[in-house]
Amino acid sequence: MSQAVLETETAPPARMDLLRFATAGSVDDGKSTLIGRLLYDTKTIFADQLEAVELASASRGDEYTNLALLTDGLRAEREQGITIDVAYRYFATPRRKFIIADTPGHIQYTRNMVTGASTADLALILVDARKGLVEQSRRHAFLTSLLRVPHLVLCINKMDLVDWDKAVYDRIADEFTSFAAKLEITDLTIIPVSALNGDNIASRSENSPWYDGPSLLHHLEHVHIASDRNLVDVRFPVQYVIRPQSTTVTDYRGYAGQVASGVLKPGDEVMVLPSGMTSTIAAIDTADGPVDEAFPPMSVTVRLNDEIDISRGDLICRPHNAPAVAQDIEAMVCWMDESAPLRVGAKYAIKHTTRTARTVVRGLQYRLDVNTLHRDEQADGLVLNEIGRVRLRTTLPLLADEYRRNRTTGGFILIDEGTNRTVGAGMIIEAR
Amino acid sequence: MSQTKPYRVSHLDALEAESIFVMREVMAEFERPVLLFSGGKDSIVMLRLAEKAFAPARIPFPVMHVDTGHNFAEVLEYRDSRVATLGLNLVVASVQEAIDSGHVRELPDGTRNRIQTPVLLAAVEKYRFDALFGGARRDEEKARAKERMFSFRDEFGQWDPKNQRPELWALYNGRHHPGESIRVFPLSNWTELDVWHYIAKEQIPLPSIYYAHDREVVERAGMFYAVNEFIKLRDGETSEVRRVRYRTVGDASQTAAVLSEADTVEKVIDEVAATRITERGATRGDDKVSEAAMEDRKREGYF
Repeated sequence: MSQAVLETETAPPARMDLLRFATAGSVDDGKSTLIGRLLYDTKTIFADQLEAVELASASRGDEYTNLALLTDGLRAEREQGITIDVAYRYFATPRRKFIIADTPGHIQYTRNMVTGASTADLALILVDARKGLVEQSRRHAFLTSLLRVPHLVLCINKMDLVDWDKAVYDRIADEFTSFAAKLEITDLTIIPVSALNGDNIASRSENSPWYDGPSLLHHLEHVHIASDRNLVDVRFPVQYVIRPQSTTVTDYRGYAGQVASGVLKPGDEVMVLPSGMTSTIAAIDTADGPVDEAFPPMSVTVRLNDEIDISRGDLICRPHNAPAVAQDIEAMVCWMDESAPLRVGAKYAIKHTTRTARTVVRGLQYRLDVNTLHRDEQADGLVLNEIGRVRLRTTLPLLADEYRRNRTTGGFILIDEGTNRTVGAGMIIEAR
Repeated sequence: MSQTKPYRVSHLDALEAESIFVMREVMAEFERPVLLFSGGKDSIVMLRLAEKAFAPARIPFPVMHVDTGHNFAEVLEYRDSRVATLGLNLVVASVQEAIDSGHVRELPDGTRNRIQTPVLLAAVEKYRFDALFGGARRDEEKARAKERMFSFRDEFGQWDPKNQRPELWALYNGRHHPGESIRVFPLSNWTELDVWHYIAKEQIPLPSIYYAHDREVVERAGMFYAVNEFIKLRDGETSEVRRVRYRTVGDASQTAAVLSEADTVEKVIDEVAATRITERGATRGDDKVSEAAMEDRKREGYF
């Protein structure tokens, strides 16, 4: 590890695709080391960063270059040897650019895991081969399914410390697979690794001849994510109305936004919610000129053939495939605020796509124990890191889908109107 | 719908779409946004994204330069010509004026990185800016890696890393009380290489100092500083003419050049991809102060 860093021979190409993944693990299972290893093996770590880490390792008395120090950024984290917040890391291979949301695994940080998983294509969970599944492994798997992260990878780490014993791998893999079967997990890959030594990280290891799956990096590079996007349901939340105040461009009125799902084309018949008015798409503009079609995650500007009153927070869809226009919302809510719990009867601001309204909590059906999946129907509130099924009534209709069908039009946040803090994250089960 | 179409976008297009989304969110939800424009490459890319986000309308907010008074002439010329071309309103927050009026005091070593923070905060207060676009990227530095796309600042402009708002999906919470503000970083998910690939793809002109040129420099602790009115030779030092370029453009008294033959954007991309030192590590004397130098400055209100 302390050898000179390898040189990169060629520049990554300008055209790669993008994979976002979230990592979760419990304290000491080697997550930071694993990320450090991925960065190191893809030559993302720079000489000055490695030098700083080597110096810090030596001053702590570590026997090896502590790659975990690469990712622990804040002073308190280095002093306490923990990670306190979501950190974002970047690396690229010739095939893909990767964004890692590195989330801490301590019991009190469900909030961070939910945050990191909300935008992830893939979740990576680590367990220590010596300890097997722990409470937090099950919780992380549950949160992955709750947030509907399409792909899950379980890395069974520290295999070197159990002599690469296949029986250990099989036992943990079987236990995890049967637990995952109770959850909505669509794609699961289990990889035996040693993050410290780099086994099965960038390439297959000779230490595990009994394992015939991919290395972690190979899997990350090849996992098929193109089909994860919803290209069926046209959902275009209007962000901003572009009306140039100019003498050269007159009568321009365009609806700017990012395509949440579906494919839009000029000529398509569309419906605007909540008004229900219909029109057809005149053009789809970008600064580089008009385009023939728009699909996620493109940011475009849509023009319509009819003059309809449309403003921010409205949504463009197809007449026969529309989201609910709903003020009564059933949702799983993860509570994220330490200062006050969620209570029945409390009012919050709610932000859903580009629309902000107010909402009152009408009911709490149950609080879910994220470790046992037990439902406590006697619960009267949710405190920090608790998750429950909540009934909301909103002042304005939301243009909403079930979260399981659409992560953009199915997710919302709750904001405390006094402190302005983001206090809850919601995933819609039913909107009517 | 055709089943054969891949409907794929490149990572650069995805990053651009995300940045444009963020800029439109800010314009829709804030009263007085401003874009911090230094003439550095990241703020130049950010300005291009703002052009694209609101086309065919003009960029609907002013730009601000926190001017330390230690500038590269090429960069100031570039700043003024961009602003003129795009018809923008430029606000200059001058550190020199703040020193002259006694608002801030020049540090004994003459560096101005730290004293630009109160100047920035005074301008925010004067113009009542409530959202400030900055070109910072999370790959730059460890403290930045933990900062949100929408970074809440209290009425003193301070960042509290332990008290950040969770940021889920693309639901950014920009709510704030009067006097508070949000720093917005549309390039959060971009890397140095992404920025260069985008500059190439968009054919964005840059100040000439970003490309290899001959310059009189002095070597200090492995860094090459231009010899000019801000950096004078000390006893025992000698200068030499070397072929260099700048990887970052900050305060001219603090920013070093790197030895380079890369005189085109393509050559720069090859060089950036092959380099083994971070851009701030290679060029910024201000970050070398301590392991937590950036974290401490951000807590004080720095970007």
